[in-house]
Amino acid sequence: MKNIVEIKNLTKKYSNKKALDNINLNIEEGKVVGILGPNGSGKTTLIKILVGLLRQTSGEVLIDGQRIGVYTKGVVSYLPDRNFLYKWMRIEDAMNLYKDFYSDFAEEKFNDILAFMNLDKSMKIDSLSKGMHEKLNLSLVLSRNAKLYILDEPIAGVDPVAREQILDAIINNYNDKSSMIITTHLVRDMESILDEVVFLKEGKIVLQGNAEELREEKGKQIDDIYKEVFGE
Amino acid sequence: MDFNENLPIYMQIMNLIKSKMASGEINGGDKLPSVRELSKELRVNPNTIQRAYQELEREELVFTKRGMGTFATEDKQVIKSLRKDMAKGIVNKFFEDMSRLGFSSDEIKNIILEWLEKEDK
Repeated sequence: MKNIVEIKNLTKKYSNKKALDNINLNIEEGKVVGILGPNGSGKTTLIKILVGLLRQTSGEVLIDGQRIGVYTKGVVSYLPDRNFLYKWMRIEDAMNLYKDFYSDFAEEKFNDILAFMNLDKSMKIDSLSKGMHEKLNLSLVLSRNAKLYILDEPIAGVDPVAREQILDAIINNYNDKSSMIITTHLVRDMESILDEVVFLKEGKIVLQGNAEELREEKGKQIDDIYKEVFGE
Repeated sequence: MDFNENLPIYMQIMNLIKSKMASGEINGGDKLPSVRELSKELRVNPNTIQRAYQELEREELVFTKRGMGTFATEDKQVIKSLRKDMAKGIVNKFFEDMSRLGFSSDEIKNIILEWLEKEDK
């Protein structure tokens, strides 16, 4: 199967501190990969390199066979871990912004997801709760026909009902031609939708593999393995 | 559904479908939900559902018709032995639990008999 993401010997240093230390990771087409680790483990640094917001110190990163650049930015749909929309906007303005920026934005898909999330285009960004914000951001991100979706902490700080809607939207929009990277420390809620898991600790991969094989091998849920790896 | 047993999720899904087949909730020849439908319903990665269906097919409990989907076996013998296997599994577990509590076979037998008598009334 084709690799959408290939990462070889990736290292990122901030002055003397290694935020990422010799990361190797391939992600096949159609796979959902969970990058798991507590705050400060390097998850967001890794993602920022993939989306081109940071440059690596050494190593190679390819998306769809290309180095990070104009092409890869066009095929990656990224959900940051903070709000990226202006307060004065209504949802409709946010949609138009996406339409202008991304040629792969599918308006019909957006309308469907928005309805599923119980959001309305006339709503003001300013008036949205945290959960609604997250649902809107995810609706925008999933409405692009991208090769790689990168979701940074999609359910953090969101109430349980919104959480379920977000998980449903992710599952409903799965397709076997693109891949998905999801970072989370809320493993229990996410683990049933992950194909592969990568445990990131202090910038290093300490465990990685197929989620089902790990469950079988360790006789434990990924959530329990997570607690073991990061517990003490 | 919560997948909190310490088993791979595809096995937990296989067990779910097996018990539906054993209880008759799914009948022989019934069409199973598509991978996508079941993935949405259970909130599980489609590849995991696919794996569960593949393994069930390997065990000859389901079969696929090209372009039509996955169906429960029509072989009554297979269902019969599935029921038997599941019953055995439950009884095994029951006996293990009981002997862990220190009950002898005779005591277990008496408990079962008492229980059955009560049920009859």
